Order: sequence, then C-alpha cells, then structure tokens
Amino acid sequence: MSKLIVKDLVKIFGKDPKKALELTKQGLSKKEIFEKTGQTVGVLNADFEVQAGEIFVIMGLSGSGKSTLLRLINRLIEPTSGKVYIDGEDITAADGEKLREIRRQKLGMVFQRFALFPHRSVLDNAAFGLEIQGVEEKERHEKAYKALELVGLKGWEHSDVSQLSGGMQQRVGLARALASDPDILLMDEAFSALDPLIRKDMQDELLDIQSKMNKTIIFVTHDLDEALRIGDRIALMKDGEVVQIGTPEQILTNPANDYVERFVEDVDMSKVLTAEGIMKRPDVVVTTKDGPRYALRLMREKGLSSIFVTSRDRKLKGIVTADCCVDAVVNGYNDINRLIIPDVPKVSPDTNLQDIIPLLADSKYPVAVVNEEDRLLGVIVRGALLAGMMKKGGDEDGAA
Amino acid sequence: MVLPKIPIGDTVAWLVDAADEYFGWLFDFITDVINFLVGNFTDLLIGMPPLIFIAIVALIGWRLAGIKVAIGSVLGLFLIWNMDMWKPAMETISLVVIATVISLIISIPLGIATARSDMVHRLVMPVLDFMQTMPPFVYLVPVVILFAIGNVPGLIATVVFAMPPAIRLTGLGIRQVPKDLVEAAEAFGATEGQKLVKVQLPLAMPTIMAGVNQCILLALSMVVIAAMVGVGGLGGMVLRGIQRLDVGMGFEAGLSIVIIAIILDRVTQKIGGKRKTTT
Ligand SMILES: Nc1ncnc2c1ncn2[C@@H]1O[C@H](COP(=O)(O)OP(=O)(O)O)[C@@H](O)[C@H]1O
Ligand SMILES: [Mg+2]
Repeated sequence: MSKLIVKDLVKIFGKDPKKALELTKQGLSKKEIFEKTGQTVGVLNADFEVQAGEIFVIMGLSGSGKSTLLRLINRLIEPTSGKVYIDGEDITAADGEKLREIRRQKLGMVFQRFALFPHRSVLDNAAFGLEIQGVEEKERHEKAYKALELVGLKGWEHSDVSQLSGGMQQRVGLARALASDPDILLMDEAFSALDPLIRKDMQDELLDIQSKMNKTIIFVTHDLDEALRIGDRIALMKDGEVVQIGTPEQILTNPANDYVERFVEDVDMSKVLTAEGIMKRPDVVVTTKDGPRYALRLMREKGLSSIFVTSRDRKLKGIVTADCCVDAVVNGYNDINRLIIPDVPKVSPDTNLQDIIPLLADSKYPVAVVNEEDRLLGVIVRGALLAGMMKKGGDEDGAA
Repeated sequence: MVLPKIPIGDTVAWLVDAADEYFGWLFDFITDVINFLVGNFTDLLIGMPPLIFIAIVALIGWRLAGIKVAIGSVLGLFLIWNMDMWKPAMETISLVVIATVISLIISIPLGIATARSDMVHRLVMPVLDFMQTMPPFVYLVPVVILFAIGNVPGLIATVVFAMPPAIRLTGLGIRQVPKDLVEAAEAFGATEGQKLVKVQLPLAMPTIMAGVNQCILLALSMVVIAAMVGVGGLGGMVLRGIQRLDVGMGFEAGLSIVIIAIILDRVTQKIGGKRKTTT
C-alpha cells in the first residue's frame, strides 16, 4: 500500500468555492476565475501516490500552489474537496484529536524561513515535537541530542538559535522534524533561503540522512536543479494543477507539454551554464587580518600563485599574489591590506558562461563570484570553465 | 420645530438606580471583598518597619532591573520616609498594587481572547476606545452611587482606567507572533493551549510587559482623582494640600507619587526589556 495517497484534492481560497469549482469544470483558467469570482484556485484536482522511502518533489513557479498542496497533506489548510490518506487512514476525515495524533506521530515539517522558536535553545527547539507529545524531559533531550548529532550540530545544543548561520538554523529545523521520528517529512522550500553552496551541502546531507533513515519525503522547491538532484519522482505544478509526474529522467527527456518543456529548458540553460553552476567553493581565502606569511603558506600548500582576500564577513577585498607576499615578507612588513590588488574580475552568480569566458581570457587571476553585497560565493578557474562547457555539450547530446 | 431631546442622561440615571435597587447585594459583596483585600494589604504594608520594606524593594529592584535602579529606589523611599509621607505612601502603594493585579487578572485573558477571535476583537475594541476617551470623572459618579464613598469606588475607577492598554498590548503582542512559528507549532500537533503557552505567550511577553507597565502607571496616575471619592493615601494629601492652599504638603505628597511612579516604571520596564533581548 502507498504511504501517502492524494485523491482529487482541491483547495479554493475564498468564500464561495462551489461557484469557482463549477467554473474550473467549464475549463476556465485560474486567472479568469479570479477575475470573475474573486476566488483563488490554490490546488486543483491533485491526484498522486507516494511510496514509503520515496523522495517526492513538488516543483513549480512561485504561486503555482506547491505550499498549499503540502499544507493540505497535514491539513494546516483545510481542503475544499478531495481526500488524503496516510497509511490508508483518511486524514481529511480525522477529528481534532486524531489529526493532532497523526501530526505528532507521522508527520514532520521543515519550513522555508526555518520557523525556529527564538525563545528556545537549539536543544529545546529540536525537542519541541516531543515536548508537545508529553515525553518527559530526560527522554526528549536524549532524542533531541541524537537528532542534532545526525544533522551535524553536535556541540551546539545550548546555543541560541539566533547565533547560528542560516544553514545551521535549517539543520535545527531538520533536527526538530526528525526528533520525533516521523515517517513522513514535509519540506517547504527548505533550502531556498540558503546560499547556493550551502544549499548543495544541505541537499547532500538530506540524501545522506535519507539513506540512513529511509523516510518518505515530500519536498517542495521552485528550483529544477534541486528537484533533479534529490527527487526520485517530480510533480510539476502550474496554476494549481499537477501537469506532469515522473522521474527526473522522464521529465527532462519527455516533457509532457510545452509548459514543462519551457520550464526544463529555461532552468537548464540558466542554471547549468551560469557562474553559479561551475564555481568552486571559496575555501582557500585569507582575510584582512591574516598576514602575508600566512597567505604565502596557504598558496604554497594549495599550489596557487594568487589568493583572494576577504573581510571577516566574507566581503571581497581583492587578491594578493605570491610575488607580492614574498616581497613583503623579505622587507618585513606585515599588513596585507597594502598588498591587495582590488581590481579583480567579478561576476554575479547568474552571469552566463559566454560572458565569463572573455574575463578569464583577459585576466591572469581567477574570476570571483560575488552576491549583491559583494560577498564571495565562489571562484571560477580556467579548468572549471572547461568542465562547464563539456557538461553543456554532454547535456545537449543527451537531449537530442 | 423643536426636536425632542433623546433622554440618554435620564436613561443612564435610571439604569444606575435600577442596578442599585436590584443588584445592591452584589455591590455590597464586591465592596466587602475589596475592603477586605485592601484593608489587610494596607495594614501589612503599614505594619512593616520601613527599613524592611525598603530592603525588599531594593532586592526586587536589583534582581529585576539592576543595581542603579535599586540604589535609586532606596534613596527615593528614604526621601518619602523623611518627608513624613510613609503611611499615605503605603496606602497608595497598596491600592495601586491591588488595582493593578485586578486589572491584569481581567485584561490579560481578555487580551488573549481578542487575539484569538476576530469577533471578540471587534466587540472589545470600541469599548476600549470608549473607556479611554471618557474622562474618569464621568464614571466616578455612578460608581459612587453604587458603592458609596471610600476605597472601593476609587479602586474600581482605577481598574477601569488602567485596563485598556493592558488589553490592547496583550492582544497586539499575540497577534504579532510570526505566523510561521504558530504554523510550526500546529504542524507538530500542538493543542490550542500548548500553542498559547509554549509559543504565543513567551514571544508576546515583551509587549505584554509593556502593557503591564502602562497599567501600573495609569493606576498610579489615578490616585489624586480617586482621592475625590474618598480614597486616602498620597492622593488625599495632595487634595488636602490644594483645599487648604498648603503648597508644601501638596508638593511633598506629589513628589512622593512621582518617586513611586519612577520606581515602578523602571522595575517593570526592565523586565520587558530584558526579555526582548533574549527573544
Ligand atoms: N491564505 C490564502 N488566501 C488566499 N489565497 C492564497 C492563500 N494562500 C495561498 N493563496 C494563493 O494560492 C496560490 C498558491 O499559493 P502557494 O501554494 O503559496 O504557491 P507556491 O507555494 O507554489 O508559491 C497563489 O495564487 C496564492 O496567492
Ligand atoms: Mg510556497
């Protein structure tokens, strides 16, 4: 039996859903219905099954109804019509007591903006679900410790959540959902608020956890790369309707209609072939407080002839070369700030490959990838660029 | 043409009379309870040696608001003692504390109710507007008719006057709790009560404490008006100072009120502030 069955599920936001429902049957679009009745079609006739142990991704543009569909599954949003079965049990028919019971035992949820409780420690955040269930303190703390260890936060149990970085906060969110050992994890754009590189780490981490724990995961995202990376199957949504369900392979090679095809094309072109897609993690950098000796040692260790310099909050300051550092050390001055060459090639994460090639060709330094606040997100070296171009070629062959 | 006068005033007067006639027993009962509370608490405060009282206040001030507030409180209280205003000051503190406690017992649950139900919110808000714009003298009159002169009408008028900000700020604080946190609590299967106690109230606490602070200060600001219906204490001294044109006494009593106000304000403000930084 399927772990989760969603049957003809409909959600219409507004006071008079019957009328809107009639109009959907006449084939009117979401936009037309809104103009006519003021009702919003959230989810329309969603119908699918998810097997135990599967990662099922719900993907679509913003406003396509992903969050609504996810919240219909644990009934944070009341459906207008249709059924949801979890382990064969009809959750849409459950009374308050039963519903809470199912949420406590079987459903964990992770939120886009983390939704951690700022007045609780990391440990008490992770233990929240168990506390709600009335598990006594010793036991719930034991389980919360374990969950935190699982997501790589051992040693942070007694910190304030506000002290943690975004990636770490979402680990707490994940630990909170895992601590009560639910069968199903509902994840609403869980990694969308994170930096691209941290997002990749978290995706790996989730896959890793999944291989150990074998949960059923319903994962909402608007990012096709993410969907392809972690999904066993992907449901693509548009205007509240599920337009295609399939494995990543099926979606890429066999788009069900124009919409899916465009989506796939768009995302493919704009993601794989951008700075973000080919950059390397900037883990070999020095900060302005480091001296030239340290910079030199790091460069020697990694076999580099130049190295990026950032401020302590990772804002890009420029680059220093090995030659300059040798000079400085020989002449005995220690302030790295005077050696920085501020004028380095910079691009934003969404810069196209075509625009990066000339930069790399003209400059003797690698290209820095920075966000709007000038924070260093990644580094592109010649080798990575070549690899990106190979990948482009490969993908096109595959699609043809 | 002369428009007939709508008999609003007569109606209210008639209502008050009727209430007095049919519910007199209830008002007598309320009077007894309040007199019992205020009487005993006042006796306790007056009976306590001033030094002990000052030590207790210093300790509370120190624990809740830091050493500066504690020192300020001690100096202020010594000044009150020195001005020979100790006994009326204790009477005033007793009344203000009891009025505040009663206000909060009513306001906080009511504030929570306004946050949880739009219906209650829509009903209560106009009443609060009414309470806050109506000069206290206006409801002092019917209250005196129902409860006779003394501590009781003063206390009731004070409670009415001090409640609105506590209700408003409690409701506001709870409504301001981020929606996704409430949603998270629900997603993990929290009951309504758990949601309130474990998420909404703790996160609303700084705002609720601001309401408590307002409530105390408004209660204190009523002492002179309450003196007009027979409440003693510092308000009575101020009033007597005015009536007898005794500027010195009026000023000393007024200064004592200000000192008490500052102590209460600093201590309760810091409680709210302290929570704010940890949340
Ligand atoms: N509480 C609500 N009231 C009215 N309309 C809503 C509500 N929540 C969502 N919607 C509408 O439903 C549609 C789907 O929203 P949502 O599920 O949040 O989309 P997504 O998560 O895919 O971005 C949108 O058009 C949105 O405006
Ligand atoms: Mg969403």
